[in-house]
Amino acid sequence: MSARILASGAAMLLAAAAATPAVAADTAFTNATVVIGDGSAPVEHGTVVVRDGKILAAGANVPVPAGATVVDAGGKWITPGLVIAVTDLGLLDVGAVSSSNDSEADKSVFNAALDVSTAVDPEALPLEVSRAGGVTRAAVSASAGNSIFAGQGAYIDLGADPQAVEKPRAFQLVELGERGARLAGGSRLAAQALLRNALAEAREIAAMPKGTRRDDVLLTRSDAVALVPVVTGKQPLYVHVERASDIRGALALKSEFPALNLVIVGASEGWRVAGTLAAAKVPVIAQPMTDLPGRFETMAATQSNIGRMTKAGVKVAIGGMFDMDQPRYAPQYAGNLVAVGKMPGATGLTWGQAFAAISSVPAGIMGEGDRYGSLLPGRDADVVVWDGDPLEVGNAPVKVYIDGVEQPVSNHQTRLRERYRHPAPGALPKAWDW
Amino acid sequence: MSAPDDNPYPSTYRPYPGRPVAIVGATVFDGTGAEIDNGTVLVSGGKVEAVGDASLTVPEGYDRIDGRGKYVTPGVIDIHSHLGVYPSPGVRALSDGNEATSPTTPEVWAEHSVWPQDPGFTRALVNGGVTSLQILPGSANLMGGRSVVLKNVPGRTVQSMKFPGAPYGLKMACGENPKRVYGSKGRMPSTRMGNFAVDRETWIKAVEYKKKRDAGKLEKRDLAMETLVGVLDGKILVHNHCYRADEMAQVIDMSKEFGYHVAAFHHAVEAYKIGDLLKQKDICSAIWADWWGFKMEAYDGIPENAALLQDAGACVIIHSDDEYGIQRLNQEAAKAQGAGRRMGISIPDGQVVRWFTLNPAHAMGIDKVTGSLTPGKMGDVVLWNGNPLSVYSRPEKVWIDGAMLYDADNPKMRPVSDFELGQPGEGDVK
Repeated sequence: MSARILASGAAMLLAAAAATPAVAADTAFTNATVVIGDGSAPVEHGTVVVRDGKILAAGANVPVPAGATVVDAGGKWITPGLVIAVTDLGLLDVGAVSSSNDSEADKSVFNAALDVSTAVDPEALPLEVSRAGGVTRAAVSASAGNSIFAGQGAYIDLGADPQAVEKPRAFQLVELGERGARLAGGSRLAAQALLRNALAEAREIAAMPKGTRRDDVLLTRSDAVALVPVVTGKQPLYVHVERASDIRGALALKSEFPALNLVIVGASEGWRVAGTLAAAKVPVIAQPMTDLPGRFETMAATQSNIGRMTKAGVKVAIGGMFDMDQPRYAPQYAGNLVAVGKMPGATGLTWGQAFAAISSVPAGIMGEGDRYGSLLPGRDADVVVWDGDPLEVGNAPVKVYIDGVEQPVSNHQTRLRERYRHPAPGALPKAWDW
Repeated sequence: MSAPDDNPYPSTYRPYPGRPVAIVGATVFDGTGAEIDNGTVLVSGGKVEAVGDASLTVPEGYDRIDGRGKYVTPGVIDIHSHLGVYPSPGVRALSDGNEATSPTTPEVWAEHSVWPQDPGFTRALVNGGVTSLQILPGSANLMGGRSVVLKNVPGRTVQSMKFPGAPYGLKMACGENPKRVYGSKGRMPSTRMGNFAVDRETWIKAVEYKKKRDAGKLEKRDLAMETLVGVLDGKILVHNHCYRADEMAQVIDMSKEFGYHVAAFHHAVEAYKIGDLLKQKDICSAIWADWWGFKMEAYDGIPENAALLQDAGACVIIHSDDEYGIQRLNQEAAKAQGAGRRMGISIPDGQVVRWFTLNPAHAMGIDKVTGSLTPGKMGDVVLWNGNPLSVYSRPEKVWIDGAMLYDADNPKMRPVSDFELGQPGEGDVK
């Protein structure tokens, strides 16, 4: 956090207090509808107190510390920053311009060893636009390009400073559904064999880190070494599967590799194996609106998927948003799950559950729930002030703070908006209006 | 040569049976921009019969639907869909949306590709309240072919879905797609100037063809030229995929050069830069709320596009180009409204509803018969369980030509396509 404050030229939340360092650097947002993000319902007339970049307290009947800078929120909504797992933020500028796109290394000789933390650009426009949309943290992954392994993802924050990567090599992503089958050699058989062999090679390396490898290995040493923390359970393995039987197949890997720390990504048919997922205590990152049999592996896709899995006790986050599926759509998706819950025969989420699915639940799946994703005491002060109910499509963030530091929300898009706000044909061209 | 049959694949659509319906007590957005609180909507004989306030009398024998706390709009219309030509499942065997073998294929007709069993049609109905939609060929080609306008009803044949009397459209595309597709094949066009050269050469042929036809001197039919002459005659409407403001202006010049009118620019992410020009030329902009940045020609897209166009007095349409977006055109419109509000452009709800009802109908040439709750128009009506501009609202009942085709309260009134029968999730989720 201190690095950010030093590096950031942005207006600081704590600016007033910082000018008089003898006083505790507290800021209290009062008169707000407060969303804790832990699944509870919004609290009206609530207060959020920030101290030294952390949440001190949030909710109803929270006292304002003496000497705190008081910001009257005027009834606006205050939430934790949005957390998106998983996405390609920071790995590309324009998806279709391949030279600007580092999300897929489809001609690389490496795969599991690929490390996205070496490429993330905190000034990429998609990242800036997402920040303006209230996204403050993300699990960033490449896409599998040349192998079933996409490489090692990172956890980032979206602060306007050069330190985007908070946790490099945080997880590994593997493709085991239809796409994994094509990448592995044409069928699911190949993907399963490839994965098992890779994990076996990693286990051999783990057992003898300095020794000579046998000479009939498939993986480069780098790739095999990268999978050691996966096979020993130190690094979560995010498995992309959609079909019910593929989810079962992924869970079955634990019988051969018991230490695997699995997270299922996708799971369009997760509702059909919800009990199994819950019993295995394996969390899910899912896209909520999928309701078409877009592929044979998503035949039973339904908007009730997340609701049904959640009801069965599975920990489910909204995520898996790449390229055109912008992370700032997360609140809209969450709102839709509330709407689904009102439809006869369908299963959705309560408002509190829906917001948690884009804040504390993904943070928890990332193993960062005690650091961010909610406004519980001690969490990083990632705070977003909205002009109304954040899940409502017409609303948007007014202010975004990360670690208590107010973030800039202007970008290429907002500059264009201002340039074309008042057309004035006949006046000087707008090229000098910057 | 005798004149060719200009309607060889005629619509066989017949409205499904309906009953006289009175929706009372709801807030009514009639599609023209007006809003009626505590309104009454009468539908009988498959048509909108009357729309008024609470003083409107409900005749005997009407099914009375309590609309208190709910909202009524005209059926939602998507001017840009590839349902059926790029259906679900999206496998190669069903991929029929781009005849990407020649940069100009005005001779192909989308209706010959549409798969009526695409489950996307049913999702658009139940989640999006979509009652009519235009199916376009894709954008690989400068001239992609003829569109077809459909009523969003289950049908065994495309003809049984065809919107009676709707004009055909010609899908055109400028910009990156044609130059990429044909440039990668090592042939023209590989540049934007190539795009225009091929377009202009083709229009020159069409003008010649028209001259011959008008003089009665045609010796044989040319399907491609028949479509283009239909455009020059004003019978076929041009729907031009075009992102950039400068390119739209070029297309306008080309349309003047050869004597046709562009009905709408689709994907017009930079339309906000030339709202005055688009207004002056009476060209609609069919746009997303906030798609942006996925390719170079989308880089200057901004969420305020619709609001700035509306503010300039130009015609705004919210379109989908997407099997998921078509399920939420109302939400996309609401997003665009919110972006406008934040920059100080306040657009009433009724006007925003027009963006996905009457305005697309206008650009598709069907606004005389649908797109608003005007007496005598088709009974295409959606009853929403809340304000359609809220994320929390969904269609509760949908009527097409006065026939109720979806009812959220009746599990049996949820269509299941042939493809989904006997498959996992049939019925309870489809």
